[in-house]
Amino acid sequence: MKAGVVVFPGSNCDHDTLHVLRDVCGQEARFVWHKEADLSGLDAVVLPGGFSYGDYLRTGAIARFSPVMRAVGDFAAKGGAVLGICNGFQILQEAGLLPGAMLRNRGVKFLSRPVHVRVERGHTIATEGLRVGEVLTMPIAHGEGNFYATDEELDRLEKNGQVVFRYTTREGRLDTAANPNGSARAIAGISNEAGNVVGLMPHPERAAEPLLGSSDGRRVFEALVRAVQSRAVAV
Amino acid sequence: MPRARVYVTLKKSVFDPQGRTIHEALRSMGYASVADVRQGKFFEVDLEGVAPDQARDTAEEIARRVLSNPVIESFRVEVEP
Repeated sequence: MKAGVVVFPGSNCDHDTLHVLRDVCGQEARFVWHKEADLSGLDAVVLPGGFSYGDYLRTGAIARFSPVMRAVGDFAAKGGAVLGICNGFQILQEAGLLPGAMLRNRGVKFLSRPVHVRVERGHTIATEGLRVGEVLTMPIAHGEGNFYATDEELDRLEKNGQVVFRYTTREGRLDTAANPNGSARAIAGISNEAGNVVGLMPHPERAAEPLLGSSDGRRVFEALVRAVQSRAVAV
Repeated sequence: MPRARVYVTLKKSVFDPQGRTIHEALRSMGYASVADVRQGKFFEVDLEGVAPDQARDTAEEIARRVLSNPVIESFRVEVEP
């Protein structure tokens, strides 16, 4: 798999993400500067975490007008695999590639700590080969991760199976105390209808090696590799 | 030079954690009459070489496309000739 990691001014998880793709998962990966408009030759694009444009105006609001985002939109429309992590998720929402928006965390504070998320849907580019119902432990680090959509939109997401990850207890039980930021229906990650664009608030790249306390995040990247490779075979 | 003032606020149906926190702080300071606080954003946009009604159209377009997120926010535009 050849992956591109998009670098916006203010991205700060770009190197970690490239490291996991390249050194941990053994894939080809390169940085894609936000002014680039050509994604040809790539099988997957990852929008990493950080504070693009200092989070000015709204998280992801300025980054979504970067030249690369038009290319990401075309890439996604053609079925390309696009994964947005934390700020990358927020940018995809601002760009209209994923539904909903992020509000300030319910408790107002910036949260940086491990959370547990349950896999709600397999066969997305972030969960191919994972079991529905299994629980992954990964850290969150955000001030605006309180997922919001109208009730009608939430019902539609559930009906279409677009909810990919939900915050739960370690045992996989829904619990208000296990929902760190007040997200609607404990949503931690969603996909578009086709399942080729996924955003999640936890940071899999920060939990991809045993040294970091959890290697569950590695499984998200391995799912991405599997999704891309199985599709490549199908094509 | 026309100046547009753009007010962006969270929709009524959207919970405002910052407004709530400010509200609670004011109550704890003794401002018992404060019934609610909503936080928003305010922009001054100066426009050059356009008539006021065109300035309004441009400012509304900017407010809709960039300054607000229609999923969670609404906006109001005032134009000063």
